[in-house]
Amino acid sequence: MNSRPITEDDLNAFVDRRLDPGRQAEVAAYLDAHPEVAKRIEGYARQRDQLRTLLRPIADEPIPPELNVRRLVELQERPSRSNWWAAAAAAIVLTVFSGASGWMLRGMSEPPLQGVASLGHEAVDNYAVYTPDRLHPVELRAVASNELVDWVSQRLGRRVEIPNLEASGYRFMGGRVVATPHGPAALFMYDNDHGVRLVMLSRPMAVDQGAPMQPVSQGDVSGFSWAAKGMGYSLVGPADSQTLHPIADEVRRQVSSAA
Amino acid sequence: MGTIMTDMTQFLEPLIPALRRYARALLRDRTAADDLVQDCLERAIAHWSQRRAGGDARSWVFTILHNLAMTELKRKAARSSDVNFESVEAELPAPPSQEDGLRYRELLGALAALPQDQRAVVLLVSVEDLSYADAAKVLGIPLGTVMSRLSRAREKLFKSVNEHSAGPAEQSHLRRVK
Repeated sequence: MNSRPITEDDLNAFVDRRLDPGRQAEVAAYLDAHPEVAKRIEGYARQRDQLRTLLRPIADEPIPPELNVRRLVELQERPSRSNWWAAAAAAIVLTVFSGASGWMLRGMSEPPLQGVASLGHEAVDNYAVYTPDRLHPVELRAVASNELVDWVSQRLGRRVEIPNLEASGYRFMGGRVVATPHGPAALFMYDNDHGVRLVMLSRPMAVDQGAPMQPVSQGDVSGFSWAAKGMGYSLVGPADSQTLHPIADEVRRQVSSAA
Repeated sequence: MGTIMTDMTQFLEPLIPALRRYARALLRDRTAADDLVQDCLERAIAHWSQRRAGGDARSWVFTILHNLAMTELKRKAARSSDVNFESVEAELPAPPSQEDGLRYRELLGALAALPQDQRAVVLLVSVEDLSYADAAKVLGIPLGTVMSRLSRAREKLFKSVNEHSAGPAEQSHLRRVK
């Protein structure tokens, strides 16, 4: 005991019972001999116990579902918020790349598509790029329909009307001007209560100035394309052709009565 | 994947009560504290391969939580600098009995009034039972600094509560101490 003086560190370790038994006994003997220090150290020990008592109920509370480890692990296995941009970028790159390889294959094996057949594939390609976009699926929203009509009509060089598909259960979301191998086209997007999106693509036609409705299908996307009075139209979506056919008929009826 | 899932669950789940307690005692806000614990668990899961083996794994998770808490407290301090004693009572559990109420409130007030780094040492050592060495790792400070902060913190807690309630209350403490 007379070899090592008692330090404040010893006193705190005594409170936390972190001393080896020999030193613990030395500190106890010191405290017996120094009542003022003993009073303070007893106070430390008492407050330590009080804090533990006071905070114990927090640790006894049932764990809220947000802190379920299994669930948190499962959530991380899906793309998280921070990974979303990377995933979105990868999706777009894949679309562009597969589109490019498709064009190369098409060029080697068959003559380039023209007319209404080409228009259908342009609609499918634009559908693949713009409908999964969560932030900017359209450039001008439905509220700016007048501005949109002016814009696309000016770029396409002729008046373009926006078909109304409410009766078929699809609301107009908005649209934009997009590029095709045959010049600018108008893209109009619609959705229904289940989040299903449809795209209508329209552009002036050099070939097939008038053509009957014909189906287009590429992967999970299908639809119908036709041309009338020099304008081509293509309506595509994820729905099967039986659902899309009457909607395409409705679009054709509206644009032919407006033209 | 199944085994890693089991490992993570078996290791992290038993820590959650202590993590919630530490976070709430530091932030004094139940929702903010649980958000922090969720954030901490997500990071522990995402960086699972970086955990240290053995007893260190517990201090690894506490380190993640502590750093998140310090960031959150700095963010809060930027908005308002005063210590809110009302929220201490609102967010921490009620004392076990009426007669202990005053003493507990004073102790909580004194704890809340400590500088953050001293409060963290007291909570890790006195409440969460971390060794001094583990506390040093969690706080990223030398062992000697842990000891000096602990010493200062305990001295302040003792002084502030005894200054306010010397007398009968103190007598009853002394009788309780063996």
